[in-house]
Amino acid sequence: MKFSVMVNEGPYTHQASDSAYQFIRAALSAGHEIFRVFFYHDGVNNGTRLTTPPQDDRNIVNRWSELASEHDLDLVVCVAAAQRRGIVDPDEAKRNSKDGDNIAPGFRISGLGQLIEAGIESDRLLVFGD
Amino acid sequence: MLHTVNKSPFESSSLKTCLSLARSGSDVLLIEDGVYGALAKSAHAPLVTEALEAVRVYALEPDLKARGLSGDRLLPGIEVVGYDGFVDLACANDKIQNWL
Repeated sequence: MKFSVMVNEGPYTHQASDSAYQFIRAALSAGHEIFRVFFYHDGVNNGTRLTTPPQDDRNIVNRWSELASEHDLDLVVCVAAAQRRGIVDPDEAKRNSKDGDNIAPGFRISGLGQLIEAGIESDRLLVFGD
Repeated sequence: MLHTVNKSPFESSSLKTCLSLARSGSDVLLIEDGVYGALAKSAHAPLVTEALEAVRVYALEPDLKARGLSGDRLLPGIEVVGYDGFVDLACANDKIQNWL
């Protein structure tokens, strides 16, 4: 079965990032496909590589990047939500004359069309948020 | 249809709304703080007990455990599932409504 997941809540806020991650892990280990993970609203904060949680806490951002690398996941951050919250990749940094970028490995910035496509292409779309 | 509810019924009306709209035969999965809706001795127990006549209600085990809730404190008829069970429910139902 082909799943897509939407994450609408930032990391360390409540539980949505963790729930989405655990669901995706379980789906992958059951042999299902994850077509895309779309980060929207405060969920875009899952995609900054500048987070430094305490060493004895889970690193939610690195965990996404590692899962993406292991399973070739498509992690998409909504561009408009990202711009509002200061999540930028090298292209966006240049376009908006910023002094740096902060997108985490495995994430890419794109638009809402990617969410619509995920809804069309996937058998199921699940939303995690607050 | 699978409904997920992630809010405590003490915090939000989403469980009540979900149960009032879920069609007979639906699956309702309580996750995150939503698992408080599974408690037997709570003000919301009658609502869930009544709903159990028409829908199946599940509670996510890791979220129960994270809140110190064990099976013997839950309403009879509520099924406890893990994330593998969550994935199975998402496969078995062709539509999913995540109440946030």
